[in-house]
Amino acid sequence: MTWIFENWDRFWEVTEVHLRLSVVPVLIGFALSIPLGWWASRSQTARAVLFPLANVLFTIPSIALIVITPVLIGVKILDEINVIVPLVIYTVALMVRSVADALSAVPGNVIAAANAMGYRPLRRFLTVDFPLALPVTIAGLRVATVSNISMVSVGALVGLGGYGQLFTEGYQTDNSAKVFAGLIGTVVLAALADGLLLLIGRLLTPWARAGR
Amino acid sequence: MKRIATAVAAVMLLSACGGDPLQGGGNNNPAPTDTIVVGSANFPESTVLAEIYAQALAAKGVKISKKLNIGNRELYFKGVQDGSIDLIPEYSGVLLKHVNKEAAEVGSDEVYAALKKALPQGLIVLDKSAAEDKDAVVVTKQIAAQYSLKSIDDLVPYCKDLVFGGPPEFQNRPDGLPGLKAKYACEFKQFKSLDVGGPLTVAGLKDNTVQAADLFTTDAAIKANEFVVLEDPKNVFAAQNVLPLVNEKKASQQVRDTLNAISKKLDTKTLLDLNQKLSAPDKPEPEKVAKEWLASAGL
Amino acid sequence: MGGWLFDPAHWSGPTGIPVRLLEHLGYTLLTLVIAAVIAVPLGAFVGHTGKGGFVIVGLSNVLRALPTTAVLILVVLWAGLGDFPVYVALVLLAIPPIMAGTYAGIRAVDPVTVDAARGVGMRESGVLLNVEIPNALPLIFGGFRGAALQVVATATIAAYTGAGGLGRFVFDGLALQEFGQMLAGAVLVALLAVLVDLGFAGLQRLTVSPGLRPVGTGGKK
Repeated sequence: MTWIFENWDRFWEVTEVHLRLSVVPVLIGFALSIPLGWWASRSQTARAVLFPLANVLFTIPSIALIVITPVLIGVKILDEINVIVPLVIYTVALMVRSVADALSAVPGNVIAAANAMGYRPLRRFLTVDFPLALPVTIAGLRVATVSNISMVSVGALVGLGGYGQLFTEGYQTDNSAKVFAGLIGTVVLAALADGLLLLIGRLLTPWARAGR
Repeated sequence: MKRIATAVAAVMLLSACGGDPLQGGGNNNPAPTDTIVVGSANFPESTVLAEIYAQALAAKGVKISKKLNIGNRELYFKGVQDGSIDLIPEYSGVLLKHVNKEAAEVGSDEVYAALKKALPQGLIVLDKSAAEDKDAVVVTKQIAAQYSLKSIDDLVPYCKDLVFGGPPEFQNRPDGLPGLKAKYACEFKQFKSLDVGGPLTVAGLKDNTVQAADLFTTDAAIKANEFVVLEDPKNVFAAQNVLPLVNEKKASQQVRDTLNAISKKLDTKTLLDLNQKLSAPDKPEPEKVAKEWLASAGL
Repeated sequence: MGGWLFDPAHWSGPTGIPVRLLEHLGYTLLTLVIAAVIAVPLGAFVGHTGKGGFVIVGLSNVLRALPTTAVLILVVLWAGLGDFPVYVALVLLAIPPIMAGTYAGIRAVDPVTVDAARGVGMRESGVLLNVEIPNALPLIFGGFRGAALQVVATATIAAYTGAGGLGRFVFDGLALQEFGQMLAGAVLVALLAVLVDLGFAGLQRLTVSPGLRPVGTGGKK
C-alpha cells in the first residue's frame, strides 16, 4: 500500500489510463448490444447466430485478441484502439444475452397494453420495454464492467495496460509492492464502478423496490 | 453446440483468408508535433535509460511523453517506424542485426558505421556511448565447473545435452540460436522460452530448468548469483554500445546536443550501477534512479 | 496462418501442439477439480441454510475483479516459478461461477419439494444430498461450464511466467511477431473451450435427472 502513496503521481497516471481503457469499451459495447439484444429477443435466427458467436468470441484469450487486433485493423501498435476493440467485443459478447433475456422477460400483457394505448414501436421500446428490462440489463452491465476493469491489465504485454504496467514492471524488478498496488487499484476501481452502476440502477428503476 | 462449432469454423476461415497482414506494415506518417515520445523495451535497463533521455530533454524545455516497457525490438521497432515513438535507447549490435540480418561487423566502430548506413530512411542514431551491454551465454558456477567451461567453445561438445533458456525471440535472431548454430555448431537439446534477462531466466538457471541461458552482461543478477559469463571468441554477439535511436524529424540540434552529452557520460560501469540500484531491496522507481544519475553526472 | 497450424513440424516433440494441448487441458481440469472442492460445499451450505448469501455475492464480485495476471505474478514472486502459481490464479478465477451456480441452484429448488423431503423423515444431510443437489444440478453445471470457459481462455496466461499450455504459442508468436503462431494459439484455445463445453454438456446429460430437462425448446430459464 505504501507504494501507492510514495508514487502517487505515477499511480494516478496509470489509474487514468486504466479508467479510460475500461470505461470507453463498456459504453461502446453497451450501445452496440442494445440493438443486437433487441434483435435477438425477437428473432430465432438472430439468437441462433449471435449467441453461439458470442460464446466463441468469449473463449478467445484476451491476450491473443489484444495482440492480434493491431494486425487485423492495421493501426499503430501503441494505439489505445488495440485494447478498446477487444474489450468492446467481450462487452458485446457478455451483454447481448443479458439484453435479449431482459427484453424477452418483459410480460406480454404489458406490451399488449402499451400497443393497445397506441404506442408506436420505437416509443414503446424506449418508454416501456427498455425500462422494464433495465434491472436485468444493468446486472449484465455490472458483470461486463467488472470483468473489463480486470482485463485491461493484459494490454500491458503490448505496452498499453493501465495498472497492468505496474504488474509487468513489478515482475521484471521483483517488486511485489508495485504489483500489489496495481491489484488494489483494480479491485477498488471495480468496486467503485460496480457500486455506481448499482446506484444508477436503483435510481432508474424505483418501481422495482416499491412493492417489497 | 453444433452451431458453436460452425461458428468456430467460420472464425477460422475468416482469419485464414486474412493472410499475413504483418507483412503489410503501414507507413502512414504522423502529424508533426513538437512532442517527443520516448519509448523503452521490456526490461528495466532500457526503461531507466529512457527515463534518463526523457528527463534530460524535459529539463531543456523539450515536450516529452513516455511510453515505457512496450515489448521487445520485434514489437517496438514497428512503433518507431510508424511514428508511435520518436526516441528509444538502443544497442548498436542487435539493432544492426535487426535491420540487416546479414550484417557481419563485430567491432564497436564498424558496427556503428554499418548501423548508420543500414537504418531505414527517417531514422537515425546519435553518438554512441562507451557503455556496453551484450547478450551473453551464461551458466551457473556448478555447470561451469562440471563441464570446465570458460567460453562458448568449451560448451560445444555438450550443447546437445543441455537445455537453453532465453526470450522467445532468441530462437530467431541472428545473434541468437541461429548464430550459435552457424558459428559454433552448437545446437541445444531444447530451447525454453523465458523472459528478457529477467526473473524467469535467473530462476530457470538457478533451479537447473535450463543449464545455459541468455542474460545481459550488465545484469546485477550475474554477480549476485555467481553466474559465469562464457566468452564469445567467434563474436556471435557483436559490440553493443548504448545509443539513442531517433526519428530524424524530431532530432533538433537541441535534442542532439542533449542526448550526445548523455552518451558522453555513459559507460559500462554506469549501466552496472544503474542495474544494481534498480534491484536494490528498496526497489526504487526507474524515474528516481534516472534523476539521481543525471544529477550526479552534472546533466 | 493455416501454414503454421498445419505444419507437421509443429505437431511433434516436447514443444509441439499435442503436448501444449494436453498441458492446457491439464491446467483446466485440475483447476476445476480444486475449485469444485472449495466452491461447491460453500455454495451448497449457504444455499441450504440461507445464511450468508451476501457473503457469496460479495466474495464473487471481489474475486471477479481480481486481475489474474497480478495474482499469477504475485504468487510467482512469493513462491517461485512452476505450476503452483498458475493453479492459484486459475482456481481463484473458477471459484465465483461455481459457487454462484451452486448457491443459485439450491436456492431455486422448489420449497415444496424440500418440505416434502423433510416430511418423509429425511435428515438435513439427506435433504441436501439427495434432494437439493440433484435438483440444483442444471444450474451447478451452468456454473461449471461458465468457469470452464473462463479457465480455458485464461490458462493462456500461464505461459507468461514460463509455464506451458497453448499460451506458449500466443506469447512466442508475440515475441517473434509471428502472426500465424499467435493466431494458431488463439484458435486452438477456442477449439479446446468448445470441446470442454461439449464434454460438460455430455456429462450433464448423463447425470441430470430426465425429470429436470426443460420442456419444449426456446423457453426461458
